[in-house]
Amino acid sequence: MTTLSFDSTLDPILSRRAEIQKIASSSVKRRKTYSKIGIAVCLLCLIVACIPLLAIIGYTVAKGLPAWTSVFFTKNMLPEGIPNGGLYNAIIGTLIIDAIAIAITVPFGILGGLFLAESDGPIAGAVRFSADVLTGVPSITIGIFGYIIWVKNFGYSGYAGALAIGIIMLPVIMRAAETALRGVPVNLYEAGLALGARKATVARKVTLPVALPGLITGVLLAVARGAGETAPLIFTIFGNQFLQTNPSKPMEALPIAIYSYSSQPYNDLIQIAWGGALLLMAVILVLNIGARLVSARLRRERR
Amino acid sequence: MTTPSDTTQTVGLTTQEVFMAQQPGTTKVMGLEDVTVTFRGRPAVRGVSFDAYEKEVTALIGPSGSGKTTLLRALNRMHDTERTAAVTGRIMLGDTNVNDKSTDPTLLRSRVGMVFQRPNPFPTMSIYDNAVAGLRFNGVRKKSLLDEAAESALVAAALWDSVRERLKVSASTLSGGEQQRLCIARALAVEPEVLLMDEPTSALDPIATKRIEELIGELKDRVTIIIVTHNMQQAMRVSDRCAFLLMAEDRSGELIEYAPTSKLFSEPDDPRTLDYVNGRFG
Amino acid sequence: MSDRVYRILLGTVGGIFVLILVGFVVAMATQGVPAFSKLGFSFLWSSNWDPTHNHFGILPFMIGTLETTAIAVVLTVPIGLGTALALAYLAPRRLRAPLGTAVELLAAVPSVVYGLWGLLVVAPFFRTQIEPGLSSVFGWTGLFGGANQGVGLLLAGVILFIMVLPTMVAISRDVLAAVPHDQVEGAMALGATRWQLLRKVVVPGARVGVLGAFTLATGRALGETVAVALVIGNSTHLATSLKANAATIPSLIVSTFGEATGTELNVLFTSALVLLVVGIGVNALARMFVRSVARSGAESVAVA
Repeated sequence: MTTLSFDSTLDPILSRRAEIQKIASSSVKRRKTYSKIGIAVCLLCLIVACIPLLAIIGYTVAKGLPAWTSVFFTKNMLPEGIPNGGLYNAIIGTLIIDAIAIAITVPFGILGGLFLAESDGPIAGAVRFSADVLTGVPSITIGIFGYIIWVKNFGYSGYAGALAIGIIMLPVIMRAAETALRGVPVNLYEAGLALGARKATVARKVTLPVALPGLITGVLLAVARGAGETAPLIFTIFGNQFLQTNPSKPMEALPIAIYSYSSQPYNDLIQIAWGGALLLMAVILVLNIGARLVSARLRRERR
Repeated sequence: MTTPSDTTQTVGLTTQEVFMAQQPGTTKVMGLEDVTVTFRGRPAVRGVSFDAYEKEVTALIGPSGSGKTTLLRALNRMHDTERTAAVTGRIMLGDTNVNDKSTDPTLLRSRVGMVFQRPNPFPTMSIYDNAVAGLRFNGVRKKSLLDEAAESALVAAALWDSVRERLKVSASTLSGGEQQRLCIARALAVEPEVLLMDEPTSALDPIATKRIEELIGELKDRVTIIIVTHNMQQAMRVSDRCAFLLMAEDRSGELIEYAPTSKLFSEPDDPRTLDYVNGRFG
Repeated sequence: MSDRVYRILLGTVGGIFVLILVGFVVAMATQGVPAFSKLGFSFLWSSNWDPTHNHFGILPFMIGTLETTAIAVVLTVPIGLGTALALAYLAPRRLRAPLGTAVELLAAVPSVVYGLWGLLVVAPFFRTQIEPGLSSVFGWTGLFGGANQGVGLLLAGVILFIMVLPTMVAISRDVLAAVPHDQVEGAMALGATRWQLLRKVVVPGARVGVLGAFTLATGRALGETVAVALVIGNSTHLATSLKANAATIPSLIVSTFGEATGTELNVLFTSALVLLVVGIGVNALARMFVRSVARSGAESVAVA
């Protein structure tokens, strides 16, 4: 109907329209085939990506669960060949080291977050940049830093491990705290100041409570990040076959136990390593899922 | 008005045919019959029928919520990606039913172009690449055809003189009004039969708006235009025919009246149209 | 607490933080420099690592680091980008969010678990299935000489690929999904197929962020320690085949640190310093890329 009855090639626009439509219809099959191939390749990539990721969780659960006996949780590590060893000392060591790291970094990180949220100058820029860079440097270098400033002077100890883990956790907490604190509505903050309250009081009574879910998310993510680190601990706490609850002495921790047992040629030790891997992975995934749930609730409330 | 085609078109035609081809309002380009768009089964606009004619601008007007944009997006199958949306009724483009499953949406969109509310040139492409993007999507590779179509479209969009020296520059360097004209050129370069415009000036300042409105008047010899606007003055200035939509009690839009613009604004048949054009609601 | 004291307190905390980073770099530098005064610079490009005879060439480990990272990156970029496109635009809508969350969670799995799995599950599979297959098909390239051992350069690269994939996917998906919807509609309205839309509009529109994701993934691969140490076989010789045992700078440090003394310890500190400098550089670069994209939208949790 639209094609007029006269010879359209005489009008430049109509002739161009005819030419373009001819090319478009003759190429449409090829273009759609390409499209289908491209989409199929992407979906294939998705499947390829999912296989190892599912395999690692599947294997860790399948191999780790049988290792979870009461002995595993209550007995210390024993040398190869001696039955009834567990990871009790490593679990306790991890708990103590991470607790110390949390105790130091949470207040420090939240104050740092307050600083970043309230200032925009070049110093804040430098702090923010340092935090971002520190989250990405190879964790082994942080372990070596802990070795240089602590172990060289005071020897291997749980404190040195907590220091290294703390340096890994700190920037995560700080940046998450900044984001959470910046999310607090400005009018709340200003209302507090308008009432004559001091900035510190407003921060304590208004900003921090409102930002609490965001702060919790940040801390959970930071702990998850720190708890899984192996390399920094190798250079700081050294490892210890026996139960050591004094953090000024060399200690054992879960990641180190997994690392050292995994390359042993003894099946019972390897089984314990799988059990430890499952425990560590489960704790970290629970922390991560918890962080997600808290921040999801936060988003719902904000709406 | 004289165009170069005035003389060439007469070849082999009867006087009547020449008259038919040149007079606006005589050749139906797009016809809607009982078109309904639903989201999750709820109609957003329902039962719309009207025809758009060659060399004319048809405006869809009405208060917000009356389904103007929803209806417009049905005309080039933009609802395809929204899985909750369904379109029923017949939308005839020539002898193609736009709303038929066998109609390829990709090919259809090379015949029915679209310009959006906010200018959306591709920021990673140069001005030239933007202008020929649609051609390339449609498989055109011939350099001479690309160049010719780009120039013609940029000229038509009143952009050629200001960009001819910087065709390789990123499109994001243009002003908002220029970006929108580039988007018009981009749509024109494919030489579509119909150009859909969804409130094309809503993000622009008054001066840029005026230029786009002038452009619409110049373009209608080249392409049939269907424009959505919430601005009645704009509809009066640019359109030849007007479709007035209104939200019914069930919150879906329906067509109240379709008439030549002058009639719709001066002596509408429906009292609700009169109320609207006199600014009494909406 | 007065406002003044409060500001000083916060400023001090911020200052301490910058000092930690500065102290970090300074401490590493002071410990890393003595190796140069003892050995000159030649150990950086010597390939002879023989501590008992005081030869400390770290070239094999630098090359090993580059090789494993290259394998990981070559696999991660296309597969990660494809996966990210699938998650952002192509997979069935119901699956996108759960799969995306799963991928992000996998970025949190500790590296020692990847190492354990790589050593105990993937290495035997490589030795019996993958390596013989690759040798028979690609043996003519000369890249697959030597015995099938499972552990080695190739396995380390593949495990690194699996480890950095979630990072690449999570960030790429966010930046791809952040391409404005009106760009997508603009391309569709011009008659683009879905693939043309992704290839010509979405991917170019997200390219800076994707580059950032790629750089972060590279940084993570360069510095990964225990997982690589467990699966690379820890050989101090230059690898002549993808199946050969090798070592990276991090794996060298972690496997020899315990027994190292004197000059060897200095060399290990220097290696760590190199790693730190490269790590800071790569990350600063990545942050620049990602930030310039993330300014408009929120950064994903995975970035942190």
